[in-house]
Amino acid sequence: MIKTVISTELPVDEHLLIRKNSISAGSGKKRVCVVTGTHGDELEGQYICYRIGSILQENLDCLDGTVEIYPALNPLGIDSITRGIPSFDLDMNRIFPGDPMGSMAENTAYNIIEDLKGADLVLDIHSSNIFLYEVPQVRINQLTAEKLVPLARYLNLDFLWVHEAATVLEATLAYSLNALNTPTLVVEMGVGMRITKSYGDQLVGGILNLLRHLGVWKGDVPEPPADHRTILSTGGTVEFINASASGVFIPLIRQSNQVEAGQSIGRIVDPLRGAVLQEVAVDQPGFVFTIRAYPVVYEGSLLARVYREDNA
Amino acid sequence: MKRERLFVMPSPFRDEFRIHGFRFGSGRKSLAVVGAMRGDELQQQFVCSRLVHTLQDLEERGELMPGHEILIIPSANPFAMNIGKRFWAMDNTDINRMFPGYALGETTQRIAAALFEHIQGYEFGVQLASYYLAGDFIPHVRMMHTGYEDVELAKGFGLPYTLVRTPLPIDTTTLNYNWQIWETQAFSVYAGHTGVIDVATADDSLSAILRFMAMHGLIRYRSHPGYYSQVVKEEDLVNVKACRAGIMYCMCKPDDIVRRHQHLASILDPYDGSVRWEVRAPVDGTIFFMQTRPLVLENSMLFRLIES
Ligand SMILES: [Zn+2]
Repeated sequence: MIKTVISTELPVDEHLLIRKNSISAGSGKKRVCVVTGTHGDELEGQYICYRIGSILQENLDCLDGTVEIYPALNPLGIDSITRGIPSFDLDMNRIFPGDPMGSMAENTAYNIIEDLKGADLVLDIHSSNIFLYEVPQVRINQLTAEKLVPLARYLNLDFLWVHEAATVLEATLAYSLNALNTPTLVVEMGVGMRITKSYGDQLVGGILNLLRHLGVWKGDVPEPPADHRTILSTGGTVEFINASASGVFIPLIRQSNQVEAGQSIGRIVDPLRGAVLQEVAVDQPGFVFTIRAYPVVYEGSLLARVYREDNA
Repeated sequence: MKRERLFVMPSPFRDEFRIHGFRFGSGRKSLAVVGAMRGDELQQQFVCSRLVHTLQDLEERGELMPGHEILIIPSANPFAMNIGKRFWAMDNTDINRMFPGYALGETTQRIAAALFEHIQGYEFGVQLASYYLAGDFIPHVRMMHTGYEDVELAKGFGLPYTLVRTPLPIDTTTLNYNWQIWETQAFSVYAGHTGVIDVATADDSLSAILRFMAMHGLIRYRSHPGYYSQVVKEEDLVNVKACRAGIMYCMCKPDDIVRRHQHLASILDPYDGSVRWEVRAPVDGTIFFMQTRPLVLENSMLFRLIES
């Protein structure tokens, strides 16, 4: 059933509509929410919403509980290829839990939280931005790791990144919901403005697996490949590789790659002079889970993130 | 005065990115002033350029007081201004959400880090700021409530109001907040407008900064004593929101004193001109902020009032 969560009047003959598809069956009382589209330039979640919606609706006999799908928390942003809310300065994922007395954006954030809180699980799906490719991963604030890592494992993604807490991240949707005791997992995968179907299929399988664990799904769950394993970040360190030159980045590897010590992962070149400005190599062997997608770089632009297991 | 190149970064396709500073005097680090960090902060940069000009004049007349070093940085983001963007042109990030910066981090974190390195350790810091909602304010000084702020000092600007804001998580990465945490008395002077240059209000902001400098013995300068600044907590402002969307037809302006139930604006249907909503003052007070876009959305902030 399609429900309108938020309807806000726009000046000329239109409403800003945030809608969800609420799919229920059986007698189960659990509610799981799949949300995406906070950042208008991230589209990977659209495929997930479509697939989960169609699988559940075609197999209602296997569903026991409620799954709610929110494809677009920022519909105006998605429609205009705008990361944020058009004509609003702040990142929508930095204004939660919102404010019922605040501006349109803060009010929207407040009402989104009101609608989601109390769910048994919320999955907030992001797809990086236009600059970086990400392997399918779950990001977990270390403050909530104990509770969320076991749940996140059911998603069968490639990487679970338990990251440090930061004050500025206290205003994210996930932080706000977790603070209200609504367990919320943040998925990052793929790249902005594109859909990576293979990653999408992997996550759809993982979501069904997680729903099965929660007792909400009794149907088939695709098994991950036999050699698949999920890397958990707490056994090592994450290294950031930033550009030390401004130019054009030519990657020499794809993401999701094990790299050797000293291996070149790409180079920054100068198209005007036909010169190499920087050979980008890793110091130590590791797993590249983020790689630059957008070629133009400045000094400081993130080129890769590498996870390195601590030596035993 | 010394004109210094504080930061240089090559660009793949454009000229070098440069941040310039203007240093006056020597001795204890007394005051740093930052103008535009966003490309539409024209008024802010204009005030800074006038300040540089005025200080040069005072320097020639020997009216800069000895023993003080003053650093003025008119712009930390000429790249955005030159192409009419508000944020960093390449990735749309906001330099003023990157403090204290990180010299090994992302591009705008590096810019923030370089800037912060140069403006740290001053006794006073003034940022000419803009607000994230488009609109006009009564000229005021803004401080963050961090526990380090000294509100009495802000009165030295002689602007009508001093607004004290309790920081939200998102504020912890702004310049004002970090300056304060690193023990500079930090003030954001709101120059009234963004995206345009308005000479009259720019003059008021310039006078306020000069008044502050004179009061603290940095310059010899005789000026109008200004207002006896009233301190207002941001959370005490009364917000007036739009109950309907449409064309905003306004009947008042910032600094107007209004009565409870007074008609402040009408929201008109953009097709047939009928009145969708009459915006009325919920309390007796003074209009502190007024949004200035011709079209408003439902729930958008129209006015912020200081209750009397
Ligand atoms: Zn995102």
